[in-house]
Amino acid sequence: MRFQLTGDQLALRDGVRAVLARRFGGEALRAAVDDPRLDRALWRELGAAGFFSLRVPEARGGVGLGLPEAVLVFEEAGRVLLPGPLLATHLAADVVPGAAEGEVVVADVDPGGLVEWLEEADVVRGDATGAVALKSVDPLTPLHRAPGAHARAADPVAVLLTAAEQLGTATRVCELAVQHARAREQFGQPIGAFQAVKHLCAQMLVRAETARAAVYAAAVTADPVDIAAARLLADEAAERGARDCVQVHGGMGFTWECEVQLHLKRAWVRARRGGGGAESEELLAVDLLA
Amino acid sequence: MDLAYTPEEEEFRARLREWLAKALPTLPPKPSPQDWPGRRAYDLGWQRMLYDAGYAHVHWDASPTTRLIFLEETETAGAPYVGAGFVGLLHAGPTIAAEGTPEQRERWLPPILRGEEVWCQGFSEPDAGSDLAALRTRARRDGDDYVVTGSKIWTSHAEVADWCELLVRTDPAAPKHRGISWLAMPMSAPGVVVRPLRTLAGSAEFAEVFLDEVRVPVANRVGEENDGWRVTMVTLSFERGTAFVGEVVACRRVLGELARTARENGRWDDAVLRRRLGRLNAEFRALWRLTQWNVSAAEASGGVPGVGGSVFKLRYSHARQELFDAAAEVLGAESLDLEQSWVLERLSSLSYTIAAGTSQIQRNIVAERVLGLPKGR
Ligand SMILES: Cc1cc2nc3c(=O)[nH]c(=O)nc-3n(C[C@H](O)[C@H](O)[C@H](O)COP(=O)(O)OP(=O)(O)OC[C@H]3O[C@@H](n4cnc5c(N)ncnc54)[C@H](O)[C@@H]3O)c2cc1C
Repeated sequence: MRFQLTGDQLALRDGVRAVLARRFGGEALRAAVDDPRLDRALWRELGAAGFFSLRVPEARGGVGLGLPEAVLVFEEAGRVLLPGPLLATHLAADVVPGAAEGEVVVADVDPGGLVEWLEEADVVRGDATGAVALKSVDPLTPLHRAPGAHARAADPVAVLLTAAEQLGTATRVCELAVQHARAREQFGQPIGAFQAVKHLCAQMLVRAETARAAVYAAAVTADPVDIAAARLLADEAAERGARDCVQVHGGMGFTWECEVQLHLKRAWVRARRGGGGAESEELLAVDLLA
Repeated sequence: MDLAYTPEEEEFRARLREWLAKALPTLPPKPSPQDWPGRRAYDLGWQRMLYDAGYAHVHWDASPTTRLIFLEETETAGAPYVGAGFVGLLHAGPTIAAEGTPEQRERWLPPILRGEEVWCQGFSEPDAGSDLAALRTRARRDGDDYVVTGSKIWTSHAEVADWCELLVRTDPAAPKHRGISWLAMPMSAPGVVVRPLRTLAGSAEFAEVFLDEVRVPVANRVGEENDGWRVTMVTLSFERGTAFVGEVVACRRVLGELARTARENGRWDDAVLRRRLGRLNAEFRALWRLTQWNVSAAEASGGVPGVGGSVFKLRYSHARQELFDAAAEVLGAESLDLEQSWVLERLSSLSYTIAAGTSQIQRNIVAERVLGLPKGR
């Protein structure tokens, strides 16, 4: 058992992190908030970098890697709040021509009835007839509701990759909180020296690291029950982490300018995918009787 | 990243499993929880069986993964817990192995492994708990002996212990972390008085230990004089790093029993309770993965458990309390009956966020040592 990232996996993660930092750093994020349209050039770059075809076998022109690698890549995308129907396009890479290259943008009618990025999509998978636009809580994720969609079991791979994005958020908001807690001074010292603040940060890390173990293990086993567990842990780590990060930022945390609000709102959107966590809880409950 | 065991590890697991199936039925009946001499005999008897079968060393010399397999298999098979052997096998033993002289290792380690001697941990004092380095028990040098006076508290298994890993102040003038030494004190020495304390669960798990001019040979000091704090940190990293592996397995078993009980008594139809059990399943699965992650990290770094132990302890101690709260929900009115299984467990789970460093102290450790936040008030 070597349940640690391999050298190749570390290199992949660092490579993706570097590409995203160059192509979608803090300024690009703010620009995207001001003009939330899909950046087609970025989409093609992601395609060229193998983001969508990562799990497509080499024989069919893909990168030929597996779920653990996809999880690492989606975690990085989650960290930087990369916008767009990443998951839907990734899942369509072997099915919809052009998706793998990032030439064709794919949207998906989620089992819970939500559709992300419907209007920007070239191809829509699932029945989106009569879809109604929502005023999306996340400024970077346009949402529609498809009335015709019937609730069905969520695809475990979609659940796992969503959990990976949540893990990225959980890790990032912990970093942001710690940075702020080191720099901001009150009562003549960094607020991070106060236990009330320190303990919020420690709990953020504990939730993120527990979720990390669950998400990575689920990527290795691909077991639906492991995936359900990973999802619950990662949702909690992202949502609670983002809330606590707002708290650590004080008044600044409640402003539009502060990056944290975007993480919280994206975490909420992802937590609704597949209809929310209840399905996972039920699956895990039934597993106890097995 | 993989979760597969090597063929050697799988072979170890298979051999152990086979041995357990033969050995466990030969165990004598379990003593009552209040019968400490009986528990001592039972726990040491089990350690002796492990010794004879060649498994006694597993806590010390085996690779972290082998140890993980050992704890997983023994717990799954329902084998006895280390029990009274806890401090010897998991703290004092590893500390002496790492920091002791060859003579000290020869004197103390074999009896621990053979299940002949029980150790207890004399760290905490009435005025030095979380602030352990504030301890005041004094050791004055007199010829070849230290003369020790003071008192210790919350000392688990003190009534049945042969030895105590004792922290004493050998230089009162030095800064508080610098004047401490680590001694092996025989519990039979004149001047040692043990007074059992009753826990909220009604049992006598721990005791107060009074020390009045107790003579301990200087040769019983492990590590240099006044270097005891560093030696202690070695002990504590063992305490937090690896102590709970078997318990996670046990919690997962309890969770399965809870679900089956709920199905029998009708509580399973309550969707809120059912989902709560589902969420706990996620929690303990994740804790098991975190254990495997930490074990792999320890293996990569040469075996000494790292701060991952604090992250684990924080999450686990709270999850354990939630587990037994959920058990109370499943039991309903029966949860107020001490005769019911799980009720004592629920009570004793309260100690997990206190013993071995409180959750507040663990959060300080995580924040300062992992996240690099400034030390403060
Ligand atoms: C079942 C059990 C078995 C034990 N066995 C042993 C044993 O065998 N040997 C041994 O030496 N000890 C043992 N202990 C003692 C244990 O290590 C201490 O109880 C523990 O370290 C806390 O110390 P304390 O009891 O003095 O509480 P205190 O230190 O007085 O703490 C009281 C409260 O204040 C909080 N607090 C204290 N300092 C801070 C701080 N800096 N920041 C924030 N909050 C703080 C604590 O978190 C806690 O909530 C055992 C304890 C229990 C419950």
